[in-house]
Amino acid sequence: MKRLLQRLLGRLPIGWLQLTHNPMRFAAALVGVAFADVLVFVQLGIMTSMGTATLRPYSFFDADVMISAADANGLTDGGNVARQWLLQAMADPDVIDGMGLLIANAPWDRGDADISLTTFGVDPARPTFIAPDIAGDLSLLEVQDAALLDRLARGLGREAAAAIRPQSPLSFETQGRTLTAYTTFAGGGGFGGDGYMMVSDQTFLALFPARSSAAPDHILLRLRPGADVTAVVARLHRLISDLDLRIRSYADAAQEELTYQKTKRPTGIIFGFGVLIGVLVGLVIVYQVLSTDVADHLREYATFKAMGYGPRFFVSIVLEEALILGILGFLPGFAVGATILAAMGKMTTLPLALTPSMAITVFVGTVVFSALSGAIATRRLAAADPADLF
Amino acid sequence: MSPIVEITGLNHWFGQAAARKQALFDINLTMARGSFTVLMGPSGSGKTTLLTLIGCLRALQEGSLRLIDQELKDADEAQLVLMRRKLGFIFQAHNLHESLTAGQNVMMGAQVHPGVEADLAARASSHILGLVGLAERVDYWPANLSGGQKQRVAVARALVGGPALLLADEPTAALDKDSASEVIDLLRRLGHKRGMTTLLVTHDNRILDRADRILTLEDGRIVADDVRPSK
Repeated sequence: MKRLLQRLLGRLPIGWLQLTHNPMRFAAALVGVAFADVLVFVQLGIMTSMGTATLRPYSFFDADVMISAADANGLTDGGNVARQWLLQAMADPDVIDGMGLLIANAPWDRGDADISLTTFGVDPARPTFIAPDIAGDLSLLEVQDAALLDRLARGLGREAAAAIRPQSPLSFETQGRTLTAYTTFAGGGGFGGDGYMMVSDQTFLALFPARSSAAPDHILLRLRPGADVTAVVARLHRLISDLDLRIRSYADAAQEELTYQKTKRPTGIIFGFGVLIGVLVGLVIVYQVLSTDVADHLREYATFKAMGYGPRFFVSIVLEEALILGILGFLPGFAVGATILAAMGKMTTLPLALTPSMAITVFVGTVVFSALSGAIATRRLAAADPADLF
Repeated sequence: MSPIVEITGLNHWFGQAAARKQALFDINLTMARGSFTVLMGPSGSGKTTLLTLIGCLRALQEGSLRLIDQELKDADEAQLVLMRRKLGFIFQAHNLHESLTAGQNVMMGAQVHPGVEADLAARASSHILGLVGLAERVDYWPANLSGGQKQRVAVARALVGGPALLLADEPTAALDKDSASEVIDLLRRLGHKRGMTTLLVTHDNRILDRADRILTLEDGRIVADDVRPSK
């Protein structure tokens, strides 16, 4: 390492030699940086997981435009939309089809655990609104009380889920009715529910009698191929007289919910602050280590100043130390962070994982913030006055 | 040959306004190249102030100081830094970097000069440590060296860059008689061999008979200038 640094720096790697001269302090500093990285990894992992979980239900459907109630900040959030607006929207020449989407939570007493399934009521005759990997099984929902079940739902059990097939369906009780799952699709537990279930609109209305087909949660629209979504959305705003409705492209609706979850919901804000706190902890730890190191070596630095070393030399030593701490502290932080996220993902079935982009982001952040701490710590170098040596 | 140090009408003060106190009064001094000069005087007489001014560690306030043919009056910090690379410093405390071995400490004296590669600096430091009798201690940490050995490493560090002028402040103060004698002999021998000028501040009377010239400073003024016959 010393030789490598000497070759890279073109001088003695004084930062490295200073840090490694006191192995206990060096180890403690690396543990500190690693701890800050673990904090950031875990918070970032949860935030990323929240984003994945937020967008996941959008991936079950295939639509161009979504019409929602004014207070609908997300797919499973907000009031209903009058079905009449679906008919009104169909008047637009570029709108070729529409479907009301019904959503509610269905509790399922599994004996050892009560789970809650976010249930979508869809028209089984409209497979074009359903994602291709699910649409092939949509016809199964034409049978009353039939369901497609999320095989990754929390509390379902992987083996039990794998056994669900049309020839070996699973029947279960929910909302006072017996549903039969004929097959499964890949969803997964999120922050708002344990998994997903898809049923026909008729089965949905039987499960939730208080709901009405005249008032779905959202209206999904398909447009003519090649149609300008933005232009259609603008026309629909003029066409639909309820000015409070949220009419957006389907992609925009998904992004708006993601932004809402991250910036307006308490969970998103808390995890965002968690990342910030991790960064600040790292910044303070590296600054503390470096500024102590500078203070401990003021006499030596003053000697080097007397010998004719200029300010850039001292800044380069402190930055060298900052980068060593940042890079070497990142490695254990990465390992521990990945392990914790994997364990949390296994326990919660949330999509928690340390992704390459997260690793790169945290690595770059660690190096940048370590360098920033180093830059702040160099202010103490001014106290090294060579005239005081005599 | 022009003198290596030429000081004319130098005055220096510390503090501001009412607290301003003059430390040096009208200093006029020239030092010939290759000489070994001892600067003496009681504490507070201005020796250290004069040494730090000649060593480019303080900015000149009044008067003229020509060092190695360059006027330091109005020199900026960057110029002072460059000039310091032509000087060698030995302090009362050895001031070795505890995280660097003896060899690495000496390398720092060589690598201050731009373009000196690490390999060359390492060879030069081993060579000069050999000259000061520490060839076997190149890889020792300062903590594992005796006081005399540390001061010899400091001497090697000051000399490795081939300074034109060596400034030493009480280099033997912390040493026993034998070690002190060893260090002074070393400075004389290597200085003579390399044509280096030495200005040494000391209270140690044992050193006086080795000096070419003894300057005595009192209350900020040079009160005696005793030039000895060359040895």
